[in-house]
Amino acid sequence: MSVVFILVFAAILMAGGFLVAFVWAVRSGQYEDTYTPSVRILFDDMVKKKEPEDRSQKTEKGNGETEKIESRGLQSQLAENPQPVTRKIKQN
Amino acid sequence: MELQKFSYDNRITRNFAIATMVWGVVGLVAGLLIALQIFIPSMNFGLEFTTFGRTRPVHTNAVIFAFVGNAIFTAIYYSLQRLLKTRIYSDLLGKIHFWGWQSIIVAAAVTLLAGFTTGKEYAELEWPIDIAITLVWVVFGWNMFGTILTRRTSHIYVAIWFYIATWVTVAVLHIFNSLALPVSFLKSYPIYAGVQDALVQWWYGHNAVAFFLTTPFLGLMYYFVPKISGRPVYSYKLSIVHFWSLIFLYIWAGPHHLLYSSLPDWLQALGTTFSVMLIAPSWGGMINGLLTLRGAWDKVRKEPVLKMFVVGVTAYGMSTFEGPMLSFKNINAISHFTDWTIGHVHIGALGWNGMLTFGMLYWLIPRMYNTKLYSTKMANIHFWIATLGIVFYAVPLYIGGITQALMWKQFTPDGFLTYPNFLETVAQLIPMYTIRAFGGTLYVVGMLMLVYNIVKTMKAGSLVVEEEAEAPALESLEEGKTQSETWHRFLERKPIRFLIFATIAILVGGIVEVIPTYLIKSNVPTITSVKPYTPLELQGRDIYIKEGCYNCHSQMIRPFRSETERYGEYSKAGESVYDHPFQFGSKRTGPDLAREGVKTGKIYKPNSWHYNHFIDPQKMNESSIMPKYPWLAKKEIDIKSTPGKIRAMKILGVPYPDNYEMKAIDDLKAQADSIAKDLAAAGIQTDSNREIIALIAYMQRLGVDISNKTEKK
Repeated sequence: MSVVFILVFAAILMAGGFLVAFVWAVRSGQYEDTYTPSVRILFDDMVKKKEPEDRSQKTEKGNGETEKIESRGLQSQLAENPQPVTRKIKQN
Repeated sequence: MELQKFSYDNRITRNFAIATMVWGVVGLVAGLLIALQIFIPSMNFGLEFTTFGRTRPVHTNAVIFAFVGNAIFTAIYYSLQRLLKTRIYSDLLGKIHFWGWQSIIVAAAVTLLAGFTTGKEYAELEWPIDIAITLVWVVFGWNMFGTILTRRTSHIYVAIWFYIATWVTVAVLHIFNSLALPVSFLKSYPIYAGVQDALVQWWYGHNAVAFFLTTPFLGLMYYFVPKISGRPVYSYKLSIVHFWSLIFLYIWAGPHHLLYSSLPDWLQALGTTFSVMLIAPSWGGMINGLLTLRGAWDKVRKEPVLKMFVVGVTAYGMSTFEGPMLSFKNINAISHFTDWTIGHVHIGALGWNGMLTFGMLYWLIPRMYNTKLYSTKMANIHFWIATLGIVFYAVPLYIGGITQALMWKQFTPDGFLTYPNFLETVAQLIPMYTIRAFGGTLYVVGMLMLVYNIVKTMKAGSLVVEEEAEAPALESLEEGKTQSETWHRFLERKPIRFLIFATIAILVGGIVEVIPTYLIKSNVPTITSVKPYTPLELQGRDIYIKEGCYNCHSQMIRPFRSETERYGEYSKAGESVYDHPFQFGSKRTGPDLAREGVKTGKIYKPNSWHYNHFIDPQKMNESSIMPKYPWLAKKEIDIKSTPGKIRAMKILGVPYPDNYEMKAIDDLKAQADSIAKDLAAAGIQTDSNREIIALIAYMQRLGVDISNKTEKK
């Protein structure tokens, strides 16, 4: 069953890699905050300002032609969550 | 802090989403086809390309790598950009990734139907395609890590960790399991043999489930469930803990596919142990997913997308509980080789992967097209049809699997098998197979409704190709490395660090080359009477693999009285040392063939029986569900390939005599002539150069080497 050595080697290689990643994650403060990240991902559509130019987006229609159309639904999004999230968690 | 303006690329996500739907229909229809073929042999259409042995790998590969694969890429390309507040690293790499993956799928479908297969489940693709997969996977990784390194958020959200684990592990598994020696452009032999090959294959096979069907979908769940329900993950801490424990535990669960086989006992125990431990991290994920919806159940009532996610995550919980249970040897003794396994797999595939993919598409497409879903009602109907489909699919297979296993094991009070005829146990399952096909049909109908609904939605809206976004720049990712720097520059600036990484890379390369040679030495038989296949038998074996016989027939007699009574002496590890690849099989739709050739055995059949049976199985057994193989008597053996095959086998350590490749063709012809003569004596006229002759030679070789039980030690 010498093939086990290959598998053990590959498994250790992977586990070692993951271990390094884990140590890096802990040391670099990835897990200092175990609450905010779960909330922050909910807000990523809100980073638009109310300037009219920004509200138009490039779209594709039919055979690849692009045109400018006003994006719908944005107003309601802003009404729901008026504050753009621009904050960043400090880490060392 | 100044806000940077950038945009998300929606086109690549849209492309992968369309591919997901296209291959979803193809994969599910292929599944429905084989569900019908299994009890209606005429559904094979009498064509070699569409027989069950070839269509079943098309179904599994299409569903896993095409449908689920493209769904994974859809989810990753969409969520990665938004989670990291950056555009995908390279549009070009994305395009190469997309078209590369789709061409691999097409090449896979064509070669599998044409009979080019390695004979290893879920790794059937031949070596040129394997290399293409590796290259495209590297492109995908390059694009993903490039995106991660140019991110604008310092924190890496848990979903991304799941994506990273997927990439790394699938790369390693794919490379190690696919190591093979090419014989010709589309034929190769794996470097491992017999039970060693089996261990590597199921180490790969189970981790394919873990890191292709599970981890990326957990990532998907951690992104889409909170987004759709508008609530944060129940416990972010739990998600971190269960991520790290899951990836550290999964890797050794593979041997549970080989319980009671000739795999050493300690490895079987290892597989069981790790499988049972896996309940904890798996359920951590399920609980976290479901509890995220706490207080949002009113939304679940209205929103079909959330319904799909609830059923999907529940299915994940059920199959990750069932999996460890099936890894107990006493339960596995009943479930293995039966339809129970198929039912188990489909709870995961149809429930977990299918439902999450559907939910994701229903939510994602309207957003990217800046419109509303064409029909929420239709999506609701899809949800119910698909859920019913899963029930009608799995329940009959559970009943059928247990029924058949108990019939196999049933003895009369006098100590004889109650059902000595294997076919009796198959005929019992036909009603179950019929209901399963009905369940599958429901699921396919649901899929078609999704396609209609999504296409209508796409037509109503227009794709927002560039979705504007803005976020503050990231000051620095880590010490010594600024954001504008590329990863490689960073390495270059630190010579020692670079040296270490380079050494590791070389070490990996070196070990990959050295270990196989070492392996081959250990393939020296421990049973002296076990000899290499004759050239004709080797050709026959390749036909056996090409026709996909292993999809329905096992070659592994487990050490149970019910099996030794039915088939003969149980299988030993030393018997398969020249089997490149191993052909233990994983399902007994037909009987085990490990002792087919033993003249004094329980199931021996003469050459003429095999000939007639291959041509028309229903003529020999009226209720047989095996397809007819008339082309075997018409097609000629590729005799010219023999010396090359013998040479390849010699390189892999099979002890043929020196210069045997010169003699091989003569030996092949002589053996073929003797079989043809034997058939002629039984009144069957056939040329000796037909494929059927080689296959009969292989059948008559199976299990004979130790029929006189001369084990060395």
